[in-house]
Amino acid sequence: MISEESVEARIEQRRRARPRLKDERVTMAHGAGGKASRALVEGLIVPAFDNAVLDRLGDAAVLPRPSGPIAMTTDSFVVRPIRFPGGSIGSLAVHGTVNDLAVSGARPQALSVGLILEEGLETSVLRDEIEAMAAAADAAGVMLACGDTKVVERGKADQMYVNTTGIGVVDDRARLDPASVQVGDRVIVSGPIGDHGITILIARGDLDLQGDVVSDTADLWPMVDVLLDACGPELRCMRDATRGGVATVLNEIALAAEIGIVLDEAAVPVRPVVYGACELLGLDPLYVANEGRLVAFVAPGAAERALAAIMSTPSGIEAAIVGEVTADPPGRVLGRTSFGGHRMIDMLVGDPLPRIC
Amino acid sequence: MKYVDEYRDPELARSLSRRIAERVDPDRHYKVMEVCGGHTHSIYRYGVHDYLPESIELVHGPGCPVCVIPMGRIDDGAAIAEADDNVILACFGDLIRVPGGNGSFLDAKARGADIRIVYSPLDALRIARENPDRQVVFYAIGFETTAPSTALTLQRAKADGTTNFSVFCNHVTIIPAMKAILDSPDLRLDAFIGPGHVSTVIGCRPYEWVPREWNMPVVVAGFEPVDLLESVAMIVDQLADGRTEVENQYRRIVPWDGNPAALRCIADTMELRPWFEWRGLGSIAQSALQLSSRYEDFDAELRYDVPGIRVADPKACQCGEVLKGVLKPWECKVFGTACTPETPIGTCMVSSEGACAAYYNYGKYARQRVELKVKA
Repeated sequence: MISEESVEARIEQRRRARPRLKDERVTMAHGAGGKASRALVEGLIVPAFDNAVLDRLGDAAVLPRPSGPIAMTTDSFVVRPIRFPGGSIGSLAVHGTVNDLAVSGARPQALSVGLILEEGLETSVLRDEIEAMAAAADAAGVMLACGDTKVVERGKADQMYVNTTGIGVVDDRARLDPASVQVGDRVIVSGPIGDHGITILIARGDLDLQGDVVSDTADLWPMVDVLLDACGPELRCMRDATRGGVATVLNEIALAAEIGIVLDEAAVPVRPVVYGACELLGLDPLYVANEGRLVAFVAPGAAERALAAIMSTPSGIEAAIVGEVTADPPGRVLGRTSFGGHRMIDMLVGDPLPRIC
Repeated sequence: MKYVDEYRDPELARSLSRRIAERVDPDRHYKVMEVCGGHTHSIYRYGVHDYLPESIELVHGPGCPVCVIPMGRIDDGAAIAEADDNVILACFGDLIRVPGGNGSFLDAKARGADIRIVYSPLDALRIARENPDRQVVFYAIGFETTAPSTALTLQRAKADGTTNFSVFCNHVTIIPAMKAILDSPDLRLDAFIGPGHVSTVIGCRPYEWVPREWNMPVVVAGFEPVDLLESVAMIVDQLADGRTEVENQYRRIVPWDGNPAALRCIADTMELRPWFEWRGLGSIAQSALQLSSRYEDFDAELRYDVPGIRVADPKACQCGEVLKGVLKPWECKVFGTACTPETPIGTCMVSSEGACAAYYNYGKYARQRVELKVKA
């Protein structure tokens, strides 16, 4: 006969054991804050993210005092499909926010992760994305310090959405400011453009298109790190060319600095498969999204050094100097077409490819 | 990329530019209309102006399918989409932002209508097959270029016995529009750059009345910048030689007699409407297609109750004058102020083939011929 005490002891032991996530699918209970939520957080997310700050599971993460000014940014990710050649929503959610910090001259330190899950999502899919986040964060040297999970009814979200907020410490070497861009400065693009947008488009399968292209999603900090070393204050400003593509980034800087930019379109690296897909679909690669490409403005004397520094990093081998800052036309971007004519390059209007990140 | 880069070669462009400069009459001003919106887009996209002498003025024509759709037909489409929850309206992407009397399809979508972007009418038919309990309506637009693909889709739907698919037909024909332009007293042209892709279907013969009745050259042209320069050179040659005839620059794609199989498809599924309203040009007789009686089961206009009301263009909008080539885009009262690609009033500002959008996005500096100093 089993004594009441031993049963009590067993219950107590079970209550204190680390919960495990055994469900095959996410249910509304996983967002209700009870035991199922605990199984999801402590059984899946905490072990995967694996760090002392998160392990304490407080209401707020407590981080060490930073050594300099803090940069902070946030980004939400709704990409469809969630897995695509070269990455997935998990790695994208880390890279996207890390890159916003990096191009601001801040070394990424910590991220929060907010998850909105659709009822019915397979937990194996969620597990893969949690592991993808953990791996990307680990590779980038950032801590996934806090998070939140909500579940919405089936049909109210499309599998899963992720928000990440990041903080980074502004690097001593960085003197980045769009207003410091000057006439004569050179414009560098860190690699072939449009890979991410075209990869997503092909991965959706809506079009009978096939192509050997993978997303460029990548952590840009290592590239920024060597650029800052090579150029210091001669690196005027940087942007990562995500939605709206390189054209939109150039327009933002032209407007912010009240300068003109002349882009030599023949110099802009575009892979043949991306070029071909854009030709077929009537898209302009300059407007197609990237997730691991930066645009840098550097003083003319530092341009070759900057290019060599970028090219010394794995994702920067195909970087190129693509344009120059001019006095005219102020606030506008002018393209010299490979045909030899000229055209205005405005910001993106509308959305040719929704939900790419 | 092969078969593309050859037609964007600056070396070829320079030699064509020299040929044009040698043959133009320095005392003459040439007004050449490119009929097709795809040409307008290419001219601005590649900076074709930079290779042309000042005396050649390119006038943008009415051949942008989105631009000629009147507001009332947008309202009709939205009415179908919002008729009941069971309807899926499928359309091409550049239609979705065209303003109607009650907003655009994008607005209707935000109000709850199920409107989906497709790249081909066959995609719309596929949606119908995947959703057997829904009704899918394809909003068909375009000149003779896209009519065959709508026609083929209709034939396939009929052969398969598909019952939950229909077409709201807005296909238009190019010749009546060219006639309307020539009959307009406001504009005197010297030549036409003929539409390339329309001519792959209808061939070159349908333009023969232009040199005969109006003594003007027509050169059917391709869409790459070198194609456009060569077509201008051919026009200038004709005028310098005192010839006016139809010539085919786009021989690699356009057969002189068109595509008889495609024409048969159209003839099987569609017939001429007595009248159709064109945005800015007004009602033009026998200028558009409707489904033929054999395909009336697939005709969304018969299946659904469409308002069919003529909605006047906003007073300030001068798309009509721009479509006829009477006004340059920047001469319109609202260009770049009330009417921009972000908040278009007129259709010419919506599609990338619209003269106003093309000019707004690419234009100004091509016209001003700014000397640019760019280091390679």
